[in-house]
Amino acid sequence: MSAITHHIPDAMLAAYAAGNLPHAFAVAVASHVSLCAECRVALGAHQAIGGAVLENTGAVAVSSSLKDDILAQLDAPFTPEPVYERNGIFPGPVTEAMKGRAPRWKKLGMGVRQDILSADANGSVRLLYIPPGQAVPDHSHNGLELTLVLQGSFSDETGRFGVGDLEIADEDLEHTPVADPGEACICLAATDARLNFRALVPRLLQPLFRI
Amino acid sequence: MIAVRDNRDRNAFAALFDHFAPRLKGFIIRSGASAHQAEEIVQDVMLTIWRKAAMFDPHRAQVSAWIYQIARNRQIDIARKENRPMPEELKEEPGMEPDASQILALEQEAGQLKQALATLKPEQREIVEKAYLGELTHQEISAQTGLPLGTIKSRIRLGLERLRHELKDLKQ
Repeated sequence: MSAITHHIPDAMLAAYAAGNLPHAFAVAVASHVSLCAECRVALGAHQAIGGAVLENTGAVAVSSSLKDDILAQLDAPFTPEPVYERNGIFPGPVTEAMKGRAPRWKKLGMGVRQDILSADANGSVRLLYIPPGQAVPDHSHNGLELTLVLQGSFSDETGRFGVGDLEIADEDLEHTPVADPGEACICLAATDARLNFRALVPRLLQPLFRI
Repeated sequence: MIAVRDNRDRNAFAALFDHFAPRLKGFIIRSGASAHQAEEIVQDVMLTIWRKAAMFDPHRAQVSAWIYQIARNRQIDIARKENRPMPEELKEEPGMEPDASQILALEQEAGQLKQALATLKPEQREIVEKAYLGELTHQEISAQTGLPLGTIKSRIRLGLERLRHELKDLKQ
């Protein structure tokens, strides 16, 4: 755990606690927190501030029957929410995004593979598989991209990222992540916009590959 | 809350309701719901508190912090009809002795936080409220300087010590 050196910025954790991060980013943040003790306690600190806001918000009287209504329902049967456990390298929020299935890798070329877990107008969540020593084609971003390393490591212009590290790349960062030698690098990548691959796939093909 | 968790104590739950239900209603109305919708969400949140009480760990969260997160989650789940991605839960080791000093430290800190918020200038307080009511994006939050980040740092030290201790116990 102490090996994690790239964490979630405070503002992003605050927005996550408040529930105001795009879904794709929330998957990446929840996954990082699952792996990182430091960000777990930091999230606790933001929840404490949220709790203080809750305590300080003016109380509004509830209707007289509400309490009895609720007390009467305490023994009612209910379906607990499913709990997604960690599965190998995949933390719980990732297995949830995968809906419990195994990865379905699709070739992107040059040994790079991806598995799109979700993609719509608000962003995408996918797994990337990068063979050791292989570069992810040079790309820039329309929006923000969060990359969480789940296996192996990669390096780019900004540093080295190992298991549990989270890279946050904004529109201005044009970078070339290269998987380090050794194990293949598997990452979770979350964006709030489509990716622009420069070298690998011509722009026109983007809708086809959904990248 | 501990009586609710360990003894399924209905009187204790009723007392929790008396304290939190009106605050939750105010909090939910403040984030844009009608009074009627707010009561429905309060009901949902209070039932979730009862059902998830076993997950409450006073070493890691104050009651108000824990309820805050449940309230935000339920509000969003209901509005978007999807479950928010949540971190894996850490399971408390059975038989771990409660650490009274840690619990007390968290409670004291909650009191300090509440006071600190109350003494903020109105415009600063409004920014904090907006941020934690989910009205600001993370970009907007990072552009703000009035957030009580100093408190966060001390809290992190406190929490990290305990968590490292627990994780060490887990490994042995």
